Amino acid sequence: MHPAPSLILFTTLSGLGFGLLAFLCLGLPDARGLTAVLWFGAGFALAGGGLLASTAHLGNPQRAWRAFTQWQTSWLSREAWLSVMALAAAGGVALGRVFFDLPMTGLGPVATGLALATVASTAMIYAQLKTVPRWNHWTTPALFLSMALAGGALLAGQMTVAPVLLLLAGAVQLLAWRTGDGRFAARGHGLASATRLEGGRVRSFAPPHTGSNYLLREMVHQVGRRHARKLRSLALIFGFLAPALLCLTAHPLALVLAVLSHAGGAMAGRWLFFAEAEHVVGLYYGYHEAGAR
Amino acid sequence: MVQPTLDLSPAVSDEVRKTTCYMCACRCGINVHLKSGRVTYIEGNRDHPVNRGVLCAKGSAGIRQVFAPSRLRAPLKRVGPRGSGAFVEISWEEALETAVSWLAPLRESAPEKLAFFTGRDQSQSFTSYWAQAYGTPNYAAHGGFCSVNMAAAGIYTLGGAFWEFGQPDWEHTKLFLLFGVAEDHDSNPIKIGLGQLKARGAKVIGINPIRTGYNAVADEWVGITPGTDGLLILSLIHLLLKAGKVDLDYLAQFTNAPCLVNMDPESPDYGLILTDDEGRALVWDRVEQRPRCYDKPDVTPDLAGAWEVDGITHRPVFHLIAERYLDPRYAPEAVADTVGVSAARIRALAGQIARAFDAPVEIDQPWTDFRGRRHPKMTGRPIAFHAMRGISAHSNGFQTARALHLLQALLGAVETPGGFRFKPPYPKPARAHPRPHCKVTPGQPLNGPHLGYPQGPADLCLKDDGTPARIDKAFSWENPLSAHGLMHMVIANAHAGDPYRIDTLFLYMANMAWNSSMNTAQTMAMLTDRDANGEYVIPRIIYSDAYASEMVAYADLILPDTTYLERHDCISLLDRPICEADAAADAIRWPVVEPDRDVRGFQSVLLDLGARLGLPGFVAEDGSAKYADYADYMVRHERRPGVGPLAGWRGDGADHGRGAPNPDQIAKYIENGGFWTAHVPDEARYMKPWNAAYQAWAVKIGLVDVEMPYLLDLYCEPLRRFQAAAEGRGPIQPPEALRDRLRRAMDPLPDWTPPFGEEVDAEAYPLHALTQRPMAMYHSWGSQNAWLRQIHGVNPLYVPTDVWAREGFAEGDWARVTSPHGQITVPVAHMAALNPRTVWTWNAIGKRKGTWGLDEGAPEATKGFLLNHLISELLPPKGDGMRWSNSDPVTGQAAWFDLRVRVEKCAAPGRGEAAPGFPALARPGGTA
Amino acid sequence: MTALPDRVEKKLGLVIDLDTCVGCHACVVACKGWNDQGYGAPLSDQDPYGAAPSGTFLNRVHSYEITPPDAPAQIVHFPKSCLHCDDAPCVTVCPTGASYKRREDGIVLVNESACIGCGLCAWACPYGAREMDADAGVMKKCTLCVDRIYNETLPEEDRQPACVRTCPAGARHFGDLSDPGSEVSQLVAARGGLDLMPEMGTKPVNAYLPPRPKADAAPEFDVLAPFLEPVAEDAGGFLGWLDRTLSKMPG
Ligand SMILES: Nc1nc2c(c(=O)[nH]1)N[C@H]1C(S)=C(S)[C@@H](COP(=O)(O)OP(=O)(O)OC[C@H]3O[C@@H](n4cnc5c(=O)[nH]c(N)nc54)[C@H](O)[C@@H]3O)O[C@H]1N2
Ligand SMILES: Nc1nc2c(c(=O)[nH]1)N[C@H]1C(S)=C(S)[C@@H](COP(=O)(O)OP(=O)(O)OC[C@H]3O[C@@H](n4cnc5c(=O)[nH]c(N)nc54)[C@H](O)[C@@H]3O)O[C@H]1N2
Ligand code: SF4
Ligand code: SF4
Ligand code: SF4
Ligand code: SF4
Ligand code: SF4
Ligand SMILES: [Mo]
Repeated sequence: MHPAPSLILFTTLSGLGFGLLAFLCLGLPDARGLTAVLWFGAGFALAGGGLLASTAHLGNPQRAWRAFTQWQTSWLSREAWLSVMALAAAGGVALGRVFFDLPMTGLGPVATGLALATVASTAMIYAQLKTVPRWNHWTTPALFLSMALAGGALLAGQMTVAPVLLLLAGAVQLLAWRTGDGRFAARGHGLASATRLEGGRVRSFAPPHTGSNYLLREMVHQVGRRHARKLRSLALIFGFLAPALLCLTAHPLALVLAVLSHAGGAMAGRWLFFAEAEHVVGLYYGYHEAGAR
Repeated sequence: MVQPTLDLSPAVSDEVRKTTCYMCACRCGINVHLKSGRVTYIEGNRDHPVNRGVLCAKGSAGIRQVFAPSRLRAPLKRVGPRGSGAFVEISWEEALETAVSWLAPLRESAPEKLAFFTGRDQSQSFTSYWAQAYGTPNYAAHGGFCSVNMAAAGIYTLGGAFWEFGQPDWEHTKLFLLFGVAEDHDSNPIKIGLGQLKARGAKVIGINPIRTGYNAVADEWVGITPGTDGLLILSLIHLLLKAGKVDLDYLAQFTNAPCLVNMDPESPDYGLILTDDEGRALVWDRVEQRPRCYDKPDVTPDLAGAWEVDGITHRPVFHLIAERYLDPRYAPEAVADTVGVSAARIRALAGQIARAFDAPVEIDQPWTDFRGRRHPKMTGRPIAFHAMRGISAHSNGFQTARALHLLQALLGAVETPGGFRFKPPYPKPARAHPRPHCKVTPGQPLNGPHLGYPQGPADLCLKDDGTPARIDKAFSWENPLSAHGLMHMVIANAHAGDPYRIDTLFLYMANMAWNSSMNTAQTMAMLTDRDANGEYVIPRIIYSDAYASEMVAYADLILPDTTYLERHDCISLLDRPICEADAAADAIRWPVVEPDRDVRGFQSVLLDLGARLGLPGFVAEDGSAKYADYADYMVRHERRPGVGPLAGWRGDGADHGRGAPNPDQIAKYIENGGFWTAHVPDEARYMKPWNAAYQAWAVKIGLVDVEMPYLLDLYCEPLRRFQAAAEGRGPIQPPEALRDRLRRAMDPLPDWTPPFGEEVDAEAYPLHALTQRPMAMYHSWGSQNAWLRQIHGVNPLYVPTDVWAREGFAEGDWARVTSPHGQITVPVAHMAALNPRTVWTWNAIGKRKGTWGLDEGAPEATKGFLLNHLISELLPPKGDGMRWSNSDPVTGQAAWFDLRVRVEKCAAPGRGEAAPGFPALARPGGTA
Repeated sequence: MTALPDRVEKKLGLVIDLDTCVGCHACVVACKGWNDQGYGAPLSDQDPYGAAPSGTFLNRVHSYEITPPDAPAQIVHFPKSCLHCDDAPCVTVCPTGASYKRREDGIVLVNESACIGCGLCAWACPYGAREMDADAGVMKKCTLCVDRIYNETLPEEDRQPACVRTCPAGARHFGDLSDPGSEVSQLVAARGGLDLMPEMGTKPVNAYLPPRPKADAAPEFDVLAPFLEPVAEDAGGFLGWLDRTLSKMPG
């Protein structure tokens, strides 16, 4: 899939933001007053900024409100509702904490739940797609959630759980890669099932147009295997291992470094999440077939 | 939420105007939809005889052609050096007066110094009429570089050809063999026909080195080695003769198989057919045991034996055929290696033909033949063949096409149910066509039509000193039967001054500076070459194009044409009409939209020029222009009394075929959807050459003036006359150097010789290189079309598996391709469904930078390429230093497909651009 | 309307005959031409005369090569547009309800005035049948020419999709695949019509008729041999046969 910057930004930032809010709403840390403004401000900025970035991906953003209508069937619609509800609930918590010095222990867990549900619904947008076998698996929500939790913990300065969550997220990421790599072939997708042509080896002889098209730009993206391996290592190191280690030092500067490292690593991971995802439509154009280009 | 309510019945347009497509030469009927006067949608016309509603990709994309930025805007005068593309826009008055100032003095002094050649045009009866009135012998259309082999072989053998004038009996055939066709002019009819065969479960066999398109859907594919079809066909004939699977009754009645050939080498008529005093062929009557005229009602022609008549031994043609083709050199085992098809496959092919032969088709339709005999039924064999340039565009193409026609005739599958059918105005034997004319008288018209069908050396176009009278050397000893001229030789000959120099080259609708020339780079050099005085060797070039093609940059004066939706055109029975086997038909184009630029329909411009030059037929008695414009000509011109460009609604509107001019004729055509048809009567549908009902009908509607039944010419006497001359017989003798080759080439019975390309070093150039027409592109025109160029914007060289592996090619690689004439560097792609000794690419996708209204970075100009850079109009020098033209020695047909090459992997070129590259051309002054 | 209808009254769709398709792209351009001026936004082109032309098409024709182990390779031309799936994932993912399946005939459509251009439906389609128009920012797809097939301003015979009407080879068939008696259902039954990517569970309505087996691997040598039995072994014998046969012919 095309690794659109808007989508990479959206998913990483909103994941971090909702992760942070999830912790803040539980009172971790127990910020009040001006400090709460800063913490929550950061959470809203990340979550909201991410959502805003996602509208850059739309062809007609002025109609974005319509995305709320199909919550019964559409994960994107559910995500829209959940994000608004999560932001509202977190907003309530934030109001209480900033202005009224109220811990909001009733609304807090609800907000946290909504924030995590938002992240899960974002993940489900991808995980539901049978057309992208790499995503179409429980590891996708597991990855998004564990990333949000780890990033959230890190941002929220939860130095004891953060390293654990980071390592856990790293493990989920590794698992997602390991299981994802063979899933396309394992599901039996190939040019033979795509075309139902029989009698010998089938290969794409000529594309329908020598010019490019939306499908190729959007859904057929090829990453060199060596390139991908290098990026995976970087994502692992910067996204999980380095911040986990930095957490242990407990130095404030280290914390800043850990956050930056994690964000960078997460972005790389998210880039790979899209770029490595093989859409079955690529088969029709001669891609993704075992032995094909 | 509820489902949105849709408007399920939106009005498609405010108005539909029906005209004829010209996105290619197939000439389908189209419905052009307009909203507020603007073209919004084009679809096929269901009532139209050619396409019956369907439309190809190009046809539907016509809407993008009328809006293309490449359209020329106004007449242009060259201001920079030739080839620079620097022009200024001028008025039509200045353009026409400039042309007149060049052409008028020439006509008075040396009319042959004007060479007028037209390319993809469909008004040849009109353009040739103009050229004849002007008085130059130097006129032809594009047939010489296209498929004259197909036309000439068909007409000399059967009295009609595959090329545009015939079609398989789609309704009845059960076995269809398609030789060397990627697309053909009959684009939509062939596809409709193939669809019909598929729906009926009839069998389709594709004989083609490349398995795309029609050959991809064929049930069986014979991946023949290019240039060897003749040998394969003669091997089939060998097997079928041997098995007695030949229609003796048909041969005896309807072909010259029983005609008697003089076998006495001492006789002046050696090799000629015995005739009576009136020149009618004689056959041996089995019952009466004496020679009798072939058309006697009770004649019983014999096909075997040898008889003495007046002391000279004569044998029937069939006897010669049996003797020739039963020879073991045509046995499958003997030809298999050359043809690249195993002996077993050849046998299987012949076996399938034989099986179909044994299951005749009968139609319960009584008919009467020209001898006056009544037949209760029409009987034929369900075996149809079709062929085009895969056979035609080789230097042995004429005889290969003759071989195929011989096979058809032996099977009794010509003009019989299930076989091959003529479309009116055919059948029409070679004898009934005009002969070529070339007598020039300054200030006067030519002594007759330029092109025709020579019957012997006396009909050649030679000057008194025996040198060619025509600039293209058509109808000379180098290519005696060049019935369509040799457009591909005009520039080379004019540049070389061989046979003489010309003053003005006048081209219409032909992209000669690019894809329609062999050796493109040299052609451009010839067009810009100057003599010692600094004058251009070809002093003046006038060109009419509608778009900013490569050729525009090489002309001095541009007469910009309209697009096909903006002018009157006439698709006439006098020319290349749109008839189908069951109907005579013609059609018009009319301006369904008005041009938004200062352009004029070329035919109207030619009428204007004719009037300004005072050409007979173009001026009225008072010296004024005879016709207001082309529409006026279409209605009022009469070629013969009562016969004009359009056959429908003549006289008061009730006459068809013949009748006085009708001022309302065009309105009638428009009312009827832009075309006219006349159905062939049921009794006349088959057996047309011999069918009394057809012959009478053809005269009645004006296709011909007299009935002319004839026999199919299996043995081709005109060829024999040239062969006899080469043997030293007769008063008109060929040059010594050509005797041998004429003796071989002008064989009255078809034979196979290796194509000229085989004479190059087969080790240095082991591969055949071919082009194919993409179905969604027309030559160079398609690339200016925003929709079509997305489908075919680049053209890789397709390479067979062995070569792919040997060179270690991978996707995205480049290759250096070398022929005896040049070298190109191009992208490659792999294809397994390909003859292992063949490479190929799509034709005419490559473009010169800066042309066709495209950006300089357009993929057509950076990665697209032509094979033409590798082909030359002259062959490498012979032992005696002579350079023969790269053409069929019989007809002069350009041998595009004789090309041999070598392919080597090479590094991707620096800028990722195919080589050779040429400097970008400036956009000619005014493109739209 | 993101939910699929529980029942559709008809299943209108296309049957595409791969044994007959010559790969001419006529259907591609006819579709472009019709839909450029028909349902919804025009099908735009970007950089139409430039270095990288690209545009929206609702129907495209691929070409595939099959290499059997023991016979010459084959080329198959393969047109592809929306298959109007029964279980259309492109519909259920849509957050706005713009993507829907019509109850009356099963046609899958995009209501362009509700489409936000998120692209998710195109991601959900396994077949590459949806293309986002770069100018209009809305999702375009084959409409099965819903503005033709019921169009009362058109003559009855023209109430069929533009691609079907134009296909010169007659390789495209349109009809109701829920009616076993329809011409299209009969074709599917007779020729073993196939679904694309059945493992996706989309249950396409459109079906593909596979290429008939080629005869080039094994011509029926034995069956054919008797048809070529020589009438004589040498030319002399052949003329003898000729004489005998001519004598038997009615004069
Ligand atoms: N390598 C290779 N070369 C080949 C062939 C091949 O198979 N292989 N095929 C050969 C054959 S068979 C042919 S017929 C030739 C064809 O070659 P050409 O006859 O040169 O065909 P086009 O390239 O279409 O060029 C025709 C010109 O007509 C112009 N034109 C288009 N419409 C109009 C109009 O309405 N009015 C006017 N006045 N001009 C118009 C176009 O802009 C173009 O410049 O190519 C030959 N060249
Ligand atoms: N779409 C479209 N239609 C066109 C045109 C176009 O440019 N585009 N051009 C028009 C013109 S001018 C012409 S002349 C016609 C030509 O129509 P076609 O005759 O179909 O011409 P080509 O595309 O040159 O195809 C020649 C075929 O012959 C095969 N071939 C080559 N050599 C041999 C051989 O030795 N033996 C056999 N058996 N096959 C061989 C090639 O593989 C190819 O498939 O098309 C006309 N129609
Ligand atoms: S075949 Fe296509 S381009 Fe040619 S006339 Fe017919 S519709 Fe037009
Ligand atoms: S129009 Fe018909 S034959 Fe041509 S590509 Fe489309 S389906 Fe195939
Ligand atoms: S083909 Fe694709 S777009 Fe069409 S209904 Fe099926 S899933 Fe949806
Ligand atoms: S692009 Fe439009 S139709 Fe597709 S899912 Fe998004 S809103 Fe729905
Ligand atoms: S049915 Fe209509 S919209 Fe669909 S592919 Fe055919 S022409 Fe295009
Ligand atoms: Mo041609």
